[in-house]
Amino acid sequence: MNSRSLQTTIIFLVVGGILALALGGFFGVASNRFSAIFINLQTWIFTRYQGFQDLVTAPGDIVALRQENANLKAQVSQLQAQLIEMQQRVNETEILAALVDFSRSNPESTYKAASVIGRDPSPFLHYIIINRGSNDNIRRGMPVVTNQGLVGRIDAVIADAARVQLITDPASSVNVYLQNADTSAVLYGSVTGDISLDLISQNVKVEPGDLILTSGLGGGYPADLIIGQVVTLRTLEFELFQQATVQPAVDFSRLEIVLVITNFRPVDITPLEPVSP
Amino acid sequence: MRNIIAFPLLGLAVILQSSLVSEIHLLQGYADLPMLIIAAWALQERVESAWHWAAVACLFTGFTSSLPWIVYVIGYIGIVYIARILQRRVWQAPLLAMFSVIFTGTLFMHLLSFGVLTLLGTALPISDVATLITLPALLLNMLFSIPVYTLMRDLSYWVYPAEVME
Repeated sequence: MNSRSLQTTIIFLVVGGILALALGGFFGVASNRFSAIFINLQTWIFTRYQGFQDLVTAPGDIVALRQENANLKAQVSQLQAQLIEMQQRVNETEILAALVDFSRSNPESTYKAASVIGRDPSPFLHYIIINRGSNDNIRRGMPVVTNQGLVGRIDAVIADAARVQLITDPASSVNVYLQNADTSAVLYGSVTGDISLDLISQNVKVEPGDLILTSGLGGGYPADLIIGQVVTLRTLEFELFQQATVQPAVDFSRLEIVLVITNFRPVDITPLEPVSP
Repeated sequence: MRNIIAFPLLGLAVILQSSLVSEIHLLQGYADLPMLIIAAWALQERVESAWHWAAVACLFTGFTSSLPWIVYVIGYIGIVYIARILQRRVWQAPLLAMFSVIFTGTLFMHLLSFGVLTLLGTALPISDVATLITLPALLLNMLFSIPVYTLMRDLSYWVYPAEVME
């Protein structure tokens, strides 16, 4: 063994011995101080390095974060749009399910579903426009209903659309039957959108809550379609008839999908009406 | 030639009137978008085709509405007439002219609608018509008249570009 390798061996033994003593806890105070200095130094260097790293890499992160933020915002918008669309579909499905139930419970009529696509441009009139027309065998005079009750009747038809006169229109009149009172009357619309009953005989006792159905008289509507309920009654002794205000079964402000009764043909009784001399 | 834009523009206006504007109602009244467009167009200084535009508006609105054609023909033509008179007299304050035309035009249209429907046998209580339809519609027409006037002024610059003097 030459002197060089002997020297190396001695150094290794000394260092190894010191390490063994240190690990064995023989240099407690000295090693603690050393390790404290070492840790502090390492901490100082590491924190400075981190600060420097942040400084160097931060702009890149901001760009990446902005990009990610934009992507997430776009995703949120897309999901919100999907959510709105789904909610619309759920609403539409609920309405259609109710209409299907209604058509099943009234099998004597055949129906054609139509969406409401507009209203009359004039505020004086209460008409809606639906997306079914003569191409779908819709004809003038056909009654229009929802699962809640009578809506109106077809007033004008073109190939792919039709105009419906609502029963709330001021020019509308429907012959009705009061179920509980067992009597007939006439239902009128008004410019305010309210509907009221007139021509109720003074001898008949009508109560609030009485159900109003179409009577079928006059041939304009089929019989037994629900219209609404009596709310208040006005009886004046000096008048020939009683009047009543009516709560309609249909919410006319929220009409979205309606059913057209396609197997009903209105009867025009105008030629049978007496002509005044 | 650029006046052809009247057809798609007024067609769109009637569609919007039927589907959107009629849903934005105050009590029972709502704005009349074709009328606003006709009035704003007729008030533009360079415009020479106001009568033609009124005829197109009558065509589209009369086709969509159940109101008799005559109401729109007399109403819209009358509004153009009022606008042309005011345009010559109140030319220095265009918005004032617009408000005046909309005010008189709305009253004129509603009076006409009321008269024709009453003649046809529809029972319309005048107090209900005035308070629930005409006054709210008047307010909404006034509100909508400012943006419509601005849009129509810009459109008139496009349809009738200024002549360059050399």
